[in-house]
Amino acid sequence: MMEYQVDRELLEKIADLVGKPVGAFNIRKDCGCDGRQSTENIEITGKEDKPGIDIRIKAGTKGETCYIPVIITQSGINEMVYNDFFIGEDCDVDIVAGCGIHNCGEQDSRHDGIHTFYVGKNSRVKYTEKHYGDGDGRGGRIMNPQTVVYLEEGAVIQMDTTQIRGVDSTKRDTKIVCGKDAEAIITERLLTHGDQIAESDMEIVLDGENAKGRVISRSVAQDESSQVFYPRMVGNAACFGHVQCDSIIMGEARIKSIPAITANCTEAQLVHEAAIGKIAGDQLLKLQTLGLSEEEAEDCILKGFLA
Amino acid sequence: MLELKNIRYAVRDGDDELVILDDISLTIDDHKLVVFTGPNGGGKTTLAKVIMGLVTPTAGQILWNGQDITDLGITERAKLGISYGFQQPPRFKGLTVKDLLTLASGNEKLSKDKCCQYLTKVGLCANDYLDREVDVSLSGGEVKRIEIASILARNSGLMIFDEPEAGIDLWSFARLTETFEQIHAAGSATMIIISHQERIISLADEVIVVGDGMIRHRGTAEEILPQILADTLSGCPVLTKGGAAQ
Repeated sequence: MMEYQVDRELLEKIADLVGKPVGAFNIRKDCGCDGRQSTENIEITGKEDKPGIDIRIKAGTKGETCYIPVIITQSGINEMVYNDFFIGEDCDVDIVAGCGIHNCGEQDSRHDGIHTFYVGKNSRVKYTEKHYGDGDGRGGRIMNPQTVVYLEEGAVIQMDTTQIRGVDSTKRDTKIVCGKDAEAIITERLLTHGDQIAESDMEIVLDGENAKGRVISRSVAQDESSQVFYPRMVGNAACFGHVQCDSIIMGEARIKSIPAITANCTEAQLVHEAAIGKIAGDQLLKLQTLGLSEEEAEDCILKGFLA
Repeated sequence: MLELKNIRYAVRDGDDELVILDDISLTIDDHKLVVFTGPNGGGKTTLAKVIMGLVTPTAGQILWNGQDITDLGITERAKLGISYGFQQPPRFKGLTVKDLLTLASGNEKLSKDKCCQYLTKVGLCANDYLDREVDVSLSGGEVKRIEIASILARNSGLMIFDEPEAGIDLWSFARLTETFEQIHAAGSATMIIISHQERIISLADEVIVVGDGMIRHRGTAEEILPQILADTLSGCPVLTKGGAAQ
């Protein structure tokens, strides 16, 4: 496991992993399993009928982290993976996912994944996912993640997703259904460059009384890349939802942001904000007066914005 | 020492030329506290921006410690020890107060204690602010005080402040004037402060009244303050003639 430098670099980028992870993990490499470990509370098993894994977390599990990164190091791979998470009641766990593609060849490499979470009553889950691509081949690096989350009463998911760079094409599809007193906090960060394309579809359904949803989406589109955001918040009960999309546009890039809020209940409070703009001139000037060059100032602003 | 020689700045206004700064020459000795004051639109901010490199003059020469910096960019001037506190500082989504102070200090390992010192000097508590983003969640007065703290963190030889008092409450203002007094007493920097506040004007070694793009008066606070008051009265037809404005 992790015997190659490329593997190590990808794993560090996408999951902050250095060496063998502590606790439960499943490392998927080039369509195969490159290492798996269950713990007393977190059981990981391979699916019999299709590619993917089932992750079962015992009720009451607290303070444990489960790593499930995916790396692709060959050109021409095309996979569809199904991962299902069954999280018991009263848990407090971290799940670190992520996908890294190193493509030095001529053919596209593509990872499509469907993650489905069933989060039990009063459980908290922090889900972190980073996407990254590199390699000097002409083959594309393509990632299409689909994430579906069902939150039972009082459950909370904090979802932090980041597309670091190097992903040529992505179509993200996220759906979260919040029950009574449940809360979904989604922070999405996305960078595209070159002629990359990215699309993010999101639907947060606030089904239960006092459900809360918050989406913060920050993106930077450079060069000739293009991005489309379509975050939707639906309030079906007395609930609170907030969608905020902010994008920095550069070069010849194009960004479309279409936040939508739908209230099906008079007690639903829903807010959306969306903004697209270039880096403000006065921000660059301010950082230059602190001794940064114009390029350093730009980097600093982008890094902060996507941090 | 800062020397401005025959600084002129003009812009095109249709077929006409609009002169913003008209042949300004000025020398400011080391460790002096100089206040630029005068009517709105008189050219104070433009003059300060010319010194920082934020505005390129049409003609003239700028020397800092004997070096001709006229053709140097903002970054290079910053590296030579010139700093500038904006009247309306920009906000940054994602950059925290700590990030900004760290950048300003040029020390990647700037300690929390040091940050705390800078923030205390502008009347802010580090515990409440260090991890906050310098974005729209902060009030105008808070952003302004953080801006001034960032100039203190730069610890540069020439500090320029453009209306530091604007948007700041009375209590913080008192703390701020103390800070200016301390820097001045320590003799560690030359300060140019654009201000209309009597309290700040009274701290100055020299007050320079800028109006219509020219230096109208120069002198000590004691000399200039009565003149400012007289000009204010005589410049207003309502106050001087008791009639309607023309």
